This record gives sequence, C-alpha cells and structure tokens, in this order.
Amino acid sequence: MTGDQFPLWAAIAVSVLLVAGSLLMLAGCIGMVRFRSFYQRIHAPTLGTSFGTIFILAGSVVYFTVTQLRPAVHEVLIFVFVSVTTPVTLMLLARAALYRDRIERVQDVPASKDPLDNAEMQTSKKPS
Amino acid sequence: MSQIILFWSVLACEAILALAMACAAYRLARGPRAQDRVLSLDAFYVSGMLLLVTFGIRTGTTLYFEVALIIGALGFVSTLALAKFLMRGEVIE
Repeated sequence: MTGDQFPLWAAIAVSVLLVAGSLLMLAGCIGMVRFRSFYQRIHAPTLGTSFGTIFILAGSVVYFTVTQLRPAVHEVLIFVFVSVTTPVTLMLLARAALYRDRIERVQDVPASKDPLDNAEMQTSKKPS
Repeated sequence: MSQIILFWSVLACEAILALAMACAAYRLARGPRAQDRVLSLDAFYVSGMLLLVTFGIRTGTTLYFEVALIIGALGFVSTLALAKFLMRGEVIE
C-alpha cells in the first residue's frame, strides 16, 4: 500500500475485481466438495481457474498500472499459461478416470465405442 | 479512504481464498478415489497461486508475482504427470 494519492475509482475497481475473483474460486471449491460423482466434480474448479483467475489478475494489473511500480503486462503471462494448461490437464484427468472406471466396470459409465478398447478391457487387470 | 478500501478488500480476498483452499484440502484428504485427490490438488495450487498474487498487491513488491508464475508452471506439470500415472501406471514410458 504505497502512496496517499491512490485514486478512489482505482481502489474501488481493484476491490470489486479481487472480491469477485476470490468468490468465484470459493464457489468452485465448494462445488468440488458438494457434488456427488467425480464427473460432476471435475466441472466445478474450472469456475475458479477461468474467471476467478481473470478477475484477480485484472485487479493486479489495475493496481500496478495505477501505482506504476512495474509494467503491468506480466499478469497476462500467468493468465495465458493457466487458461491454456487447465483444459489440457483436466481433459487428460477425465480420460484417465474414465479408463479406470471402465476397467473396474463401475456402473453408469458408458462403454467405449472402439472394439479394440473393449478387447483390451477384457484381458487387462484391475489397476491398483 | 482508498487505502482503507484496498486494505479491507485485499484482506477479504485473502480470507475467501484461504477458505477455498480449506475446501480443496478437505476433498484432498477425504476424496474417495485417486482422481478426486488429483483434481483437488489442481484446485489447491491454483487458489494458492491467486493468494500469492494478492500478497503481491498487499506488499507492493514484484517478488510474489514470480513465485506465482513458478507455481503455475510446476502445478501444470505435476497434474499432467499424476493424470498420466493414473492412466498408465507409469509416468515415463
């Protein structure tokens, strides 16, 4: 908190962005606790990783641009990195969970349409 | 006036993010299967990264930003490696 001449509009903008972003992240984590199955749960934290991250980083950009402590383009780097990597990791995680559920023959998981996959399921053992 | 607004909003933001991390830690400890734990670890590091960004706003230093960037990079690699491990049973084939 540097300087007494920090303008009021910027303070209000930073406050609204920070609180909105953190509330979205909290909503995502509460959803991850409350939902019943894994395939419902995997949707919830993306609320925080998409718009929660965008709002908090936008608040940081506004703050550091107004105080001019440093050029405020660095947050864009975090935003690009998170928004590119989160869909990749969660898609891979969902496919891994589907693979494990099919092998263990959990109910209400749809079978694979690929006959080679089904043949592999017949012969493979349960993962530990 | 603006200092007071900023102080309390950053404090509220940090408290809410800490609550989100507590929810993720609950799922991390409780989670019935391994994929639940990996998912909650993903949400845990993202909220920790955002908490470090708000620390940077509070203190006004650029140091926390670089820590947040490193956490983002390493968290991506760790979640990817754990998902690969759940799928195949090994990370490097």
